[in-house]
Amino acid sequence: MNHAAIRAQFPLLTLCQGDYPLCYLDTAATAQKPECVIAAMDNYYRQQNANVHRGSYQLSASATSAVEAVRDQLVSFINACARQEIIFTHGTTESLNLLAYGLTPHLTAGDVILVDSAAHHANLVPWQQLALRTGAIVEPIALDSQQRLNIEAFKSQLARNPKLVALSHVSNVLGTVNDVAQLCQLAKHAGAITVVDGAQAIAHLNVDVQTIGCDFYAFSGHKMYGPTGVGVLWGKLSELEQLTPMLTGGEMIKTVSFSGTTFGALPHRLEAGTPPIAEIIGLGAALEFLKQHANNDSHAHEQHMLQLLQQGLAQLPEIELYGAHSDNCGAVAFNVRGEHHQDIGALLDQQGVAIRCGHHCAMPLMELLQLSGCCRASIGIYTNEQDIQQFLAALKQALELLNEDF
Amino acid sequence: MTDALPILPAAQFSAFYQQQDKLLSARDKLAQASNWQDKYRLLMQLGKLLPILEDSLKTEHARVDGCESAAWLYHCEIDGQHFYLADSEARIVKGLIVLLLAETNGKSSAEIAAFMPEQYFAELGLAGQLSPSRSNGLFALASKLQLLAL
Repeated sequence: MNHAAIRAQFPLLTLCQGDYPLCYLDTAATAQKPECVIAAMDNYYRQQNANVHRGSYQLSASATSAVEAVRDQLVSFINACARQEIIFTHGTTESLNLLAYGLTPHLTAGDVILVDSAAHHANLVPWQQLALRTGAIVEPIALDSQQRLNIEAFKSQLARNPKLVALSHVSNVLGTVNDVAQLCQLAKHAGAITVVDGAQAIAHLNVDVQTIGCDFYAFSGHKMYGPTGVGVLWGKLSELEQLTPMLTGGEMIKTVSFSGTTFGALPHRLEAGTPPIAEIIGLGAALEFLKQHANNDSHAHEQHMLQLLQQGLAQLPEIELYGAHSDNCGAVAFNVRGEHHQDIGALLDQQGVAIRCGHHCAMPLMELLQLSGCCRASIGIYTNEQDIQQFLAALKQALELLNEDF
Repeated sequence: MTDALPILPAAQFSAFYQQQDKLLSARDKLAQASNWQDKYRLLMQLGKLLPILEDSLKTEHARVDGCESAAWLYHCEIDGQHFYLADSEARIVKGLIVLLLAETNGKSSAEIAAFMPEQYFAELGLAGQLSPSRSNGLFALASKLQLLAL
């Protein structure tokens, strides 16, 4: 694998910040974009811009074909069974909200919804809102002392036959990976609807929804080197058909009269309004990029980078790591003992290093770890050893400054 | 019913205000710092001049919304002059708070309304610290400080 050639496709990574080269270690928040994604969107606006599924003219037909071709790319990317299973949304958050809203008629008071304790707010709050509408009960799935999902506790919770189980594939804070295939199998035996938030997995792991065996899988384009503003909800066809549309109007309609409206067929039934056309086309380019470059070699490279990060941090006595395992994916969470995470972020920023510091939209996990927040460094396909070295050197410099006796 | 903001004795505000000359000279030194290490070292030193709020004063009511790191703000008005005290969990934010208070303590409502925090921090070579991204909460703090003086 020619890693330098892959990295060279990301123009933003050549930036400098003051005297320092930019060291971007916040891919878990959003990934940088390769040239091909930027070019595809630019080309769409210059050569192809028209609304989709409507026009009687060639330009619209061409835009429609381009959008629908991306749906087909997605089918093969996640090994879906049919193109109707791919619903375009604006991102993971919308995917999960659309799903939670759509399930409203299927839940009743007292139904149990189990949610991963490490879940991002986007995979918790929609379930809380669903519970408010229906009288269902949301319960956390506990983590063990290693900050992994506690399978024994989960099994005993399944004995209560939950209606729905919401899991993270990869924790956005810790980078811990759930064995979602095993967890979904257990949940299916208990009769639960299974939902997996794949936002942090989709760019790093081979995601095969049929192997996972879940009912729904959600992810965002911008975390897989595509643009912001586009995401996917994948669902089994029989499950998607049960969903009440959250948004109505536009191309999801079959017939409308003042006496009533009938909705069209999937996937459009759940895609009201004009879709983010340029973003979908950009996502198509990102999928092509991943098809070309994401393979066993690139996965091994990312694992190596993450291990360098974990090991480099573990060597510093002031550092406290959270849930850092060798089989984690994409991110490492840490704090400097006795220092506020925001001070670390500010001092690293002065040295060109971009990491995220805060609660990471996972306040229940922070509460569980008894933290007000933490630092998170996260990597992508483009991350190289120089990034890791720059980060560790900057962190040491920050520690020196903080340890000075003034 | 919301809890009333605990009353802080005026003496606590004036005790901090008595250091005003020291704050202003430290601020000028910071503005002249030639590298980021010196600037942030001075910033953290400045933060140490801020009186530490007792835990009992770190109430939800005094907490400034929109900060990822917790910050608390107190205000009092004496003879048309506004005085503030604030605290934060983060050392650098404390330093930034001192810079904010050095410029606003003892000022009139009109002076505080005319104060432009973004420009002020830019002049000190700390542009970007006041971005509305809320990450360090300084933007929210500066807004609340101005609101309290209306």
